[in-house]
Amino acid sequence: MITHTFAQQGMGGLPINQTLSTYSDYAYFTSFGLYVLALCAALAYYAGYRVQKMPNAEARELVGAGAQGPVLTESHSVTDTGDENAASAWGARWAKLSYLFVAVGCVFQIASLILRGVATERPPWGNMYEFISVSCALGILFGLITLRKPALRVAWPFVLVPVLLLMFFGGTKLYSQAAPVVPALKSFWLPIHVSVVSVGCGIFLISGMASVMYLIRVWQPRGQEHGFFAGLARPLPTADVLDRLAYRMAVIGFPLFGVGILLGAVWAETAWGRFWGWDPKETTSFVAWMLYAGYLHARATSGWGAKKAAWINIAGFVMFLFNLFFINIVVSGLHSYAGLN
Amino acid sequence: MPDPSTDEPLLNTADERKTASANADLLPTSPLGRVVAPLRNAWRVLTAMRTALLLLFLLAIAAIPGALLPQRSLNQGKVVDYIAENGKLGEIYDKLQLYDVFSSWWFTAIYALLFVSLVGCLTPRTFELIRQLRTPPPPAPRNLQRLPHHAVYTTPQAPKDAAREVQGQVKGWRKVRRDGDGRVEGAIEISAERGYLREVGNIVFHFALLALLIMFAAGKFVYQEGMRVIVADQASPAFCNTTPSAYDSFRAGLLVDGTSLTPFCVKVEDFAADYLTNGQAEMFTSNIRYSKEVKATDPQTWEQYRLRVNEPLRINGARVYLQGHGYAPTFTVTFPNGESRTDTQHWQPNDLATFLSSGIMRFDPPSGMYPDLAERRTKQIAIQGLFAPSAQFNGSLLGSRFPAMQDPAVAIDIYEGDAGLDSGRPSSIFSLEQDLIDSGQLEKRARVNLKPGESTTLPDGTQVRFDGAKEFVNLQISRDPTQVWVGVASLIMIAALTLSLLVKRRRIWARVIDDGQGGSRVVVGGLARTDRAGWGKEFDAIRSRLVSGPEEKDTGLGQTVDTQNDGPVGGAKPGGSGKDDVR
Repeated sequence: MITHTFAQQGMGGLPINQTLSTYSDYAYFTSFGLYVLALCAALAYYAGYRVQKMPNAEARELVGAGAQGPVLTESHSVTDTGDENAASAWGARWAKLSYLFVAVGCVFQIASLILRGVATERPPWGNMYEFISVSCALGILFGLITLRKPALRVAWPFVLVPVLLLMFFGGTKLYSQAAPVVPALKSFWLPIHVSVVSVGCGIFLISGMASVMYLIRVWQPRGQEHGFFAGLARPLPTADVLDRLAYRMAVIGFPLFGVGILLGAVWAETAWGRFWGWDPKETTSFVAWMLYAGYLHARATSGWGAKKAAWINIAGFVMFLFNLFFINIVVSGLHSYAGLN
Repeated sequence: MPDPSTDEPLLNTADERKTASANADLLPTSPLGRVVAPLRNAWRVLTAMRTALLLLFLLAIAAIPGALLPQRSLNQGKVVDYIAENGKLGEIYDKLQLYDVFSSWWFTAIYALLFVSLVGCLTPRTFELIRQLRTPPPPAPRNLQRLPHHAVYTTPQAPKDAAREVQGQVKGWRKVRRDGDGRVEGAIEISAERGYLREVGNIVFHFALLALLIMFAAGKFVYQEGMRVIVADQASPAFCNTTPSAYDSFRAGLLVDGTSLTPFCVKVEDFAADYLTNGQAEMFTSNIRYSKEVKATDPQTWEQYRLRVNEPLRINGARVYLQGHGYAPTFTVTFPNGESRTDTQHWQPNDLATFLSSGIMRFDPPSGMYPDLAERRTKQIAIQGLFAPSAQFNGSLLGSRFPAMQDPAVAIDIYEGDAGLDSGRPSSIFSLEQDLIDSGQLEKRARVNLKPGESTTLPDGTQVRFDGAKEFVNLQISRDPTQVWVGVASLIMIAALTLSLLVKRRRIWARVIDDGQGGSRVVVGGLARTDRAGWGKEFDAIRSRLVSGPEEKDTGLGQTVDTQNDGPVGGAKPGGSGKDDVR
């Protein structure tokens, strides 16, 4: 029996626009540098965090609409407690600077991806280096959207550190020359399946980091920070804000990732002859999806506790990363497109 | 720490409450009760949310070895190698079915239990939803000011008008108005609720998931998948999908007896692999012709199709895939009596980057040469060796430098003797049986490197010529009647999931009380029954519209600083909203 398939045939490359691909690399380095600067600024803000006196809770301003119309005499609304607006009393400039660096860095990273896409005349997510870059750019983009509230400015180091680690690893060990993809990847489904999965990856990054911060916050409650990690915990927003952020992101990521897996199944049906074959990548995606399903249920179930739920959310993201690195690099399966050979 | 969210789990709290009370009243009094009680308890435990969650995690954990260890369903050879490398441990893994995770009894058990648990969760939830859809929203709680979101305002409008105003703000919600027959006498009470679709989506999602799992499992009984190697050449005969024995390998579900394969024929006309200069494959293309029935007409009249990777041919539910390719060398053996035999045999690609391939070739001498069958059997010719599409010699060692056929060559050993052609034993088609060589039944006569057209002559005068090579394709033909239903189920699943995550369940109550001076005092309370995120803003918006009145929408209370905190600063426990779910 013939045991190989096309999916495993070699990588490398030639018919590409070398100039654009070089510019793409420069843009990648630039964005990396900008993220490093952003991290420095974010850390300055973090280290200099001073708890701001909350606006007096009783000093509620009730504005009536005049004697003719209805007059509000009492109002109470607890869900959006205003915790999200609790900024540091010091160093707002550093936070803004960090945000600016991140935004410009993200523009460069997106430019890097577009250049690579143009250079190779295909969607720029055909190997691990590119996939990591897309996912990081999307993670940053979601960060730029969801971490605007003053209280969440302190979250940037938690997002930038993993992004920089991923980008460093992606840009060195996993770097691959711009090249066309193997025949199995030449499909209508490549742009769709991979992009949906990497959007999921970006969202889960934010969600997972929010859960990490949540656990630190729960471990060191506000005002009772203690020990070596007190400095790490003090600037963090309230547990509720973090828990909500993690949940909101996971609620978006979960169906998207599900769609990504299903689109993968549709593609597998045309490329590999079956829609689901328990290939290592498929299996691990299934496991990660189950973990996220578990997170959503655990969070909604009284009795499981938000802390356990947060751990499950983190486990989901770890499984996602495991799927990206270990499965692609160590275990050989049909998804071995790392471009490492 | 109780979860502040009032998001309802799959099994709702009413059921858990039932479980709790059931434990109390289940003291087995009657003999029947003694028998039924443990069963009923087991059922309740199995269908509890916690159990479903545990099973979900167990399933996730159980799947992990399936990703980390080689699996028989994917690659038999790797499993054999793994067991050989790991000795005792490898055998223990085998006993634990770790190489067949997805068909193991324990995986199936978790899967089945989760399945039962889901059904047990879903059925009461469905009845509960139907009940809710048929009953109006519950009356307003006596003390609306205890709700996590509430507002009180006075208005010069008469109670009836003020109530109409409130009703106007919850358009599209499910409403019921109680004029004086609510909890507080003499007040107009409005109960409004929206977001029933959330639960509908939730239940449909889970049922669709069940349907998907059932279809997936059913597929394992009715699927069929065959592989067939065909030399890509005008001269090779058409392949007709008539019987499993037409395949080189055939796998199918238990319910497939092989008598009703989709009838069709395909004829492979050519194959082309395009490579970049560095040897990376660009595209594989095979032009084929096919007929949608098994018939003996001239293949030249059949329909044409360009078969490519990612572009399978679909015929009446069967799918034809181009799954692999390789080289099939042709040899001609001219026996001492002048008769010759030519054969083309596909060899196995050993190196997918260069397509250096290996294989064998076996020839029976012409029947007239040796009247004695036993003697004839000792005169078979066997060839075993390597084929390189673009030869590169390192001394006399053959290697290949490129996957395309630019300069083919073979390096072969030629044997004479019993090649095992008619032994009846199952044997590899890519290597000779080592036993035959070791025992001397096959004797090596020559070791040569040949280019197309070159030949070598054995001591007894037999001439072996390498004629060149053809390309072969490996076709996979699959059929799974359930897959379209798996697709339908997953579409419904995703649609319902999106619905259940987007729609939010909200409740608003209002009590309008006559202030005795022609005006009214209105108390509004709100409750997020699921997913509180954003509810504060929604409630504030409704309140602002009510207070500012329809004609002054833009002024008014939009900017109200409303940061009152109930709990400690930080509000990790926003008022324990769960308690306030007064129904």
